[in-house]
Amino acid sequence: MDHLVSASSAAALFQALLYLAAAPLLVGWIRKVKARLQNRRGPALLQPYRDLRKLLAKEVRVAHTASPLFSAAPYIVFVATWMAAATVPLVAVNLPTAAVADIIVLVGLLALARFFLALAGMDVGTAFGGMGASREMLVSSLAEPAMLMAVFTLAMTAHSTNLASVIDFQLSSDFALRPSFLFALGGLILVALAETGRIPVDNPATHLELTMIHEAMLLEYSGRHLALMEWAAQIKLVLYGALIANIFFPWGIAQSFAPAALGLGIAAIAAKLLLLGAALAVGESVLAKMRLFRAPAFLNLALLLALLGLLSHVILEVGA
Amino acid sequence: MNALLVTLLAPVAGALALAVLRPLRWSGWVNTAVSALTFAASAALAWQVAEAGEVAGYSFRVDAFNVYLVVLTAFVGLTTSIFSRPYMRHVCETGMTTERGMRIYHAMYQAFMFTMLLALTTDNLGVLWVAVEGATLATVLLVSLYRTAEAVEAAWKYFVLCGVGIALALFGTVLTYFAAQQVVADPAAGLTWSILFAQAGDLEPSVMGLAFVFLLVGYGTKVGLVPMHQWLPDAHSEGPTPMSAVLSGLLLNVALYAVVRLKMLVDGSLAATASPHMAGQLLMGFGLVSFLVAGLFLHRQRDIKRMFSYSSIEHMGLMTFAFGLGGPLATFGALLHMLVHSLTKSAIFITVGHAAHIAGTQTIDKIRGLIRTQPAVGWSLLLGVAAIAGFPPFGVFTSEFLLLTATMQSQPWLTVALLSGLAIAFAGLFRHLHPMVYGPAPEGQGPVRANMLPVLIHLGLVLWLGLSIPAFLAGWLDRATQLITGAHLL
Amino acid sequence: MSLTTLPLLQQFVLVLAALVLFTSFVLLSQARLVSAIHAFAWQGGLAAAVTTVVAAAGGSTHLYFSALLTFALKAVLIPWMLHRLIRRLELERYVESLRWPALANMAAVVLVIFSYWLVLPMVQQELAFTRNIVAISLAVVLIGLWMMVVRQQAVAQVLGFMSMENGLFLAAVSATAGMPLVVELGVAFDVLVAMVLFGVFFFQIRQSIDSLDVDRLNRLTETAEEEAAGAEFDATPRRSQPTAARPAAMAEGE
Repeated sequence: MDHLVSASSAAALFQALLYLAAAPLLVGWIRKVKARLQNRRGPALLQPYRDLRKLLAKEVRVAHTASPLFSAAPYIVFVATWMAAATVPLVAVNLPTAAVADIIVLVGLLALARFFLALAGMDVGTAFGGMGASREMLVSSLAEPAMLMAVFTLAMTAHSTNLASVIDFQLSSDFALRPSFLFALGGLILVALAETGRIPVDNPATHLELTMIHEAMLLEYSGRHLALMEWAAQIKLVLYGALIANIFFPWGIAQSFAPAALGLGIAAIAAKLLLLGAALAVGESVLAKMRLFRAPAFLNLALLLALLGLLSHVILEVGA
Repeated sequence: MNALLVTLLAPVAGALALAVLRPLRWSGWVNTAVSALTFAASAALAWQVAEAGEVAGYSFRVDAFNVYLVVLTAFVGLTTSIFSRPYMRHVCETGMTTERGMRIYHAMYQAFMFTMLLALTTDNLGVLWVAVEGATLATVLLVSLYRTAEAVEAAWKYFVLCGVGIALALFGTVLTYFAAQQVVADPAAGLTWSILFAQAGDLEPSVMGLAFVFLLVGYGTKVGLVPMHQWLPDAHSEGPTPMSAVLSGLLLNVALYAVVRLKMLVDGSLAATASPHMAGQLLMGFGLVSFLVAGLFLHRQRDIKRMFSYSSIEHMGLMTFAFGLGGPLATFGALLHMLVHSLTKSAIFITVGHAAHIAGTQTIDKIRGLIRTQPAVGWSLLLGVAAIAGFPPFGVFTSEFLLLTATMQSQPWLTVALLSGLAIAFAGLFRHLHPMVYGPAPEGQGPVRANMLPVLIHLGLVLWLGLSIPAFLAGWLDRATQLITGAHLL
Repeated sequence: MSLTTLPLLQQFVLVLAALVLFTSFVLLSQARLVSAIHAFAWQGGLAAAVTTVVAAAGGSTHLYFSALLTFALKAVLIPWMLHRLIRRLELERYVESLRWPALANMAAVVLVIFSYWLVLPMVQQELAFTRNIVAISLAVVLIGLWMMVVRQQAVAQVLGFMSMENGLFLAAVSATAGMPLVVELGVAFDVLVAMVLFGVFFFQIRQSIDSLDVDRLNRLTETAEEEAAGAEFDATPRRSQPTAARPAAMAEGE
């Protein structure tokens, strides 16, 4: 028993660290694929690591109008995001971190991170920071209900709001074509695109004042503060990727802590994330960014999909 | 069976022929001739039914209930075609429609007659739906025949509202078929009314109850029940006058006929449940509301055809109410009312066509002094309105009296509502009628060439029915009553 | 009665039915006319696919025929006719400004719940599979109706009407394994004729009001000026307007 507990704790720790380590790699991969699609060679796969190292080593400059909140925010955002990531099964299912936290905690932690991010954006009092913060809150206020609705659809099917239980349920039940999962997947993908600031809601590669959302809030940050913020954003991307990959396509995830199973789990999640990343890159190359005021329509679609998932679960699948 | 075939095929052949017939002078005559042939065949069919009880086969079924409507439909179709020949020629001469429009008019007239007769004689609920939808499709181009902005608007409204309504009726039909499949072994027979009626008690009540709501809303739109009546005054006022006559006289009847047939099924299915009279109560509610609302709206009308179309809504409401009330007396009264209302209302619309022709407008305020200008038209309008308002010697009085008696017997309190509704409608009609027929004629208003024969026949029949209902007709209606309610009145 | 106990083909039917419902929502909120026609074509194609799968899952063979009929009519012929019409009406780039699109969608969601509530009383356990799809198809019908209410453009209204027909067809197929053939042919014929007539009306409407915005077809609903006080049901005539405004309607003869 004892060694089981320690094994699971070790696996949880390992997984949390894996999130930290893998996050820049996924971003590097997406950039690489995108560059290839545009007939460029693009930066090296490891470039995001080098950026982070450079930023961490640089001196921090803080605006003189900034309050202490401004300096604290990067740490809060980073820790909250990392903790949220730790609750999402990446390699193995039955982890102690997953047992203590369910989907609602996950959403809550992400909301906490976003709240401080927005506060920090407004703290210095520049025009761009405030603009970015207000846009971020607009997007998230629409995305959050959609996300909750989508995960509730899954939770209703599995009779649990715990992510590990949802995945377990998926793995243990027979294969079934579920219209509700189809809708929930669609809704969740749209939410993920909006929440991680990808095209068509936000463009991560630009600092064009009129359109940026996420970047606008980070404009005043420098040095290790900026590094932490960037790193948190990258972790969030992996988090959403792992969420989508492991809930809807859980096959391959480790259900025990045997080295072979863990190895298979790592390989499986790596393959899934690489695929998702490539799909994202293709999508971003094909689509154009929407005008900001179209974003609500986009997120309404996500909400609608999630609602339809919920309804089709009730109407078509339970049937009582 | 042969008579039935001729009844149905004559209008089809007529429609096809009239669609291509070139010399326009003949179209009116051919139209009349085909209608006469249809009427003769329907009379023969009625004879067969009178002798054999019912004529059935090839998923058609004609019994005492629908055969009298078949004859009525063919008859009104004939008299209206007599009226429409000179009327439409006049319309064409004044340039309100083109030669192409005239061909469409005549072909669609016969196509409409076909769909009406098909809806009445078929035994298949699906075919009934197709026929009633077909009636919309056939008449919708006629409503917009004059191509004025109002006419196009009326036609679009008619098309969309009736299309939507009838779509809901199809959903009800699907539900009925669904219920039938649990009971009837042969899937192909699942929509056959007579088979369903024989096994109505086994149909799943919850499904049939839901189905009836959809069917009532669907076919009720065609009946013109409030609040789905919006299309009716527009379509009546903007279409050519012969169209108004057949819409009011026939289409509304056929839709009501469909509702009653379906009510018979639902009553059988719900008999053993907690609310066995659900269908009847729905009909009573819709009917009473239509009756009262239309009576009130009569007062506000400024267009003569609109006014009489509200009067049609009022009377359809009364019949719907009576069928909902159930019982032999009310049903007998409603059947008689269907008959006399059709005859009277088509006579009125024909007269109104002439009146509008005399005055050059349909605005009530501008139609003045009809008796002075052309006594035949003036007196016809006066007598027709007297008949439709329920003055004693006419048949409408008889049927309304029967309905009131039936209401008094089973729902005494509702008699008050009915009486006040009748009084309101009466006041509304005469308030507008009086200045139109009496008083001096405006300058420059002269008589027109009018063919009052159809009006005379219709009003004569209504008068006859008011003085004494002939024995064969009474027996006929009694058999229909027995079919619907299961009990004889006489 | 849970999903996993159903055979895979029936699960597939459910997925397709859910997608038909989704296309209804797409149709409702699609402002571009051309895209809306495409969505309608997809809906027709999906309805035909449902029919095919139901037929394969053990229905009668005549369902294959009606699947073919539906595909030809709803996914090819009617969208093609609509395309041609809007090209001739020069509406290819038309974008309708929707009022409160999110609210319209939410109302449609309420309609879905309402239709589920309506069919709930059909509680016989062995009928559960069909009942579910009846709820979906009723929702498609009601959303089509709702679309006719919220859209002002004539072509969009016709799309709503046609998607009602799709819902009805879906109900017939999934609840009863198809209506008798004669009825199905009759319905298809009626739909086709209706489409032709709608086409005729597009031109008549545009001729009379210079637009296809049906909201501007309001001459027959306005109240008479002197009694304009709020009676919205009133249908008192517009003939109080000078008759010169409508020369032809001086009607019935001059």
